[in-house]
Amino acid sequence: MYKVKKSPWVLHYDGSSCNGCDIEVLACLTPVYDAERFGIVNTGDPMQADILLITGGINSQNEAVVKQLYDQMPRPKVVVAVGVCACTGGIFKDCYNILGGADKVIPVDIYVPGCAARPQAIIDGIVQAVELFEKRLEKHKAYVKKEKEA
Amino acid sequence: MKKRSIVPYGPQHPVLPEPIHLDLVIEDEKIVEAIPSIGFVHRGLESLVQKRDFNQMVYVAERVCGICSFGHGFGYCEAVEKIMGVEVPGRAKYLRTIWFELSRLHSHLLWLGLLADGFGFENLFYQCWRIREKVLDVLELTTGGRVIFSVNKIGGVLKDVDEDMLAAVKDMLDKIELELKPIVKTFREEKTVRSRLDGVGVLTKQQAHDLGCAGPFARASGIKSDMRKMGYAAYGELDFDIITSDVGDSYARCDVRIGELFQSISIIRQAIEKLPTGDIAVPVKGNPDGEAFIRIEQPRGEAVYYVKGTGTPFINRMRVRTPTFANLAGLCETLKGADYADVGLLILTIDPCISCTER
Amino acid sequence: MDENKKAPEFENTIVQIETSELLAKAIELKKQGRRLSQACAAYCEEKLELSYSFADDENFGLLTLRLVLDKETKVTSISEIFPYAAFYENEMKELFGVNIELIEPDYKNKLYRIREEAPFLK
Repeated sequence: MYKVKKSPWVLHYDGSSCNGCDIEVLACLTPVYDAERFGIVNTGDPMQADILLITGGINSQNEAVVKQLYDQMPRPKVVVAVGVCACTGGIFKDCYNILGGADKVIPVDIYVPGCAARPQAIIDGIVQAVELFEKRLEKHKAYVKKEKEA
Repeated sequence: MKKRSIVPYGPQHPVLPEPIHLDLVIEDEKIVEAIPSIGFVHRGLESLVQKRDFNQMVYVAERVCGICSFGHGFGYCEAVEKIMGVEVPGRAKYLRTIWFELSRLHSHLLWLGLLADGFGFENLFYQCWRIREKVLDVLELTTGGRVIFSVNKIGGVLKDVDEDMLAAVKDMLDKIELELKPIVKTFREEKTVRSRLDGVGVLTKQQAHDLGCAGPFARASGIKSDMRKMGYAAYGELDFDIITSDVGDSYARCDVRIGELFQSISIIRQAIEKLPTGDIAVPVKGNPDGEAFIRIEQPRGEAVYYVKGTGTPFINRMRVRTPTFANLAGLCETLKGADYADVGLLILTIDPCISCTER
Repeated sequence: MDENKKAPEFENTIVQIETSELLAKAIELKKQGRRLSQACAAYCEEKLELSYSFADDENFGLLTLRLVLDKETKVTSISEIFPYAAFYENEMKELFGVNIELIEPDYKNKLYRIREEAPFLK
């Protein structure tokens, strides 16, 4: 538990994005931008993930999926909304099937705007998420300790 | 009788970059039937025609999909230009062709990488994406965007390229052609790769025709169909052949796309050589009144654009039929009889673009 | 380069037919070896316009059958003839509320699972 702050795992879910941010997130994890140098690892399993990267807005069908993914992640957790669609709904805000940004369903901590978000911006978002995750981890540990004593 | 069970697959799955859900009916380890259910990415962007005028719709059309974004903007512009009778200047046609082929390069490299990741060859995945970044750098240099370029407009293109940029494109092509060789060799000759791809998910020519498949997926089964041969933009003046394979298995699909990588490089070189001088756009007056069907060849296959205007700035209907939508039926057919372990790989071999499919 | 060289013209026509003719025409086109390229609907001036496009892969031709009908008119599905038409027809049914019968398989307006009913009919 103590070492986890050095290596948080990232889960990436594509909401209803156009794929633009989606492939930029993947590009961040590949050698040229190499976000893995911050200790993060991309995983496909929500049960093992600490940071959720979400791209694209929320529509009526993926609402439940996003909620479930968030609930499956262990505490503490951080959510990063990548791209303007995940922030507010973006260009698709007026579409009949878009409810809005990711924060309509789950609490979002860090917003990375852009259409598509640039890798540099995404990396910045990930770095901030790692910092926030460390802070939350401290809080969480204090809470767990208190629970044990009580 | 063997016991049948239904295994849900997706929407969030490690091998899937995008959400699609399949209900797999399996007998032991063999797939008997696959029932797709889509709608996780459905935004309903075609309904935006009521709120954006026909010039603004170019940018909406580009966001049908972020991977083949250029093609969608291009197809929509072609359809509106056909309705309005606009003749695009020659330089714009060539520039569109160059950018289209560059986006095909990056799309195919992306796919090769994902395929390598799909069968667990992580090193190869990273190598493909490393080369892809070089293509993206050139696209950024010439258009200003990495994945969504926004250089198309009704009547031409928005940005011109100068000699330095063209030199950079040529330089990049030379470099990646060299760098692609060892990667292609790995795909073609490496035993571990071939053992995952050979004979997996065979689709015969007749099946591909009966299921209405499109693009490299159909060409790998021997269907000679490539909309670029219709000669839209500058393709009519450039020399290229349709790449097909008769085998129809996963390796054939990989091989066709590798062939198209080198084909794209050759087309870009020819287009740069022949690039005419002159204007890059013509002014467009009035509103579209009429309807048109346009077919173009996306990296994933034939895409159909339908635009219907009624003489107002707001067009009545924009419809995009994307290649993955056509290939869904083919996918379900290839999955029948496959091993459960190959499902992820087989989904990847049609090069699925779910956000295209559902718009 | 040759300025006057124009791209060759390929067949790209729209033919308006009666609703009852659709099945017969579809069988005829299937026999010619054509492939259903796309099917879509449009809503214009209180009328639904259905377009079924059939592609000829040999000659790059595209023939579109056009049906103009009222909202309530029933259309028989062509999914018996072209199995993959089911996706297009389910889409039309869900987004435009076109009354298409006998689709196989019929997703019963659950293809995209949207909340609104027939959002394009506005």
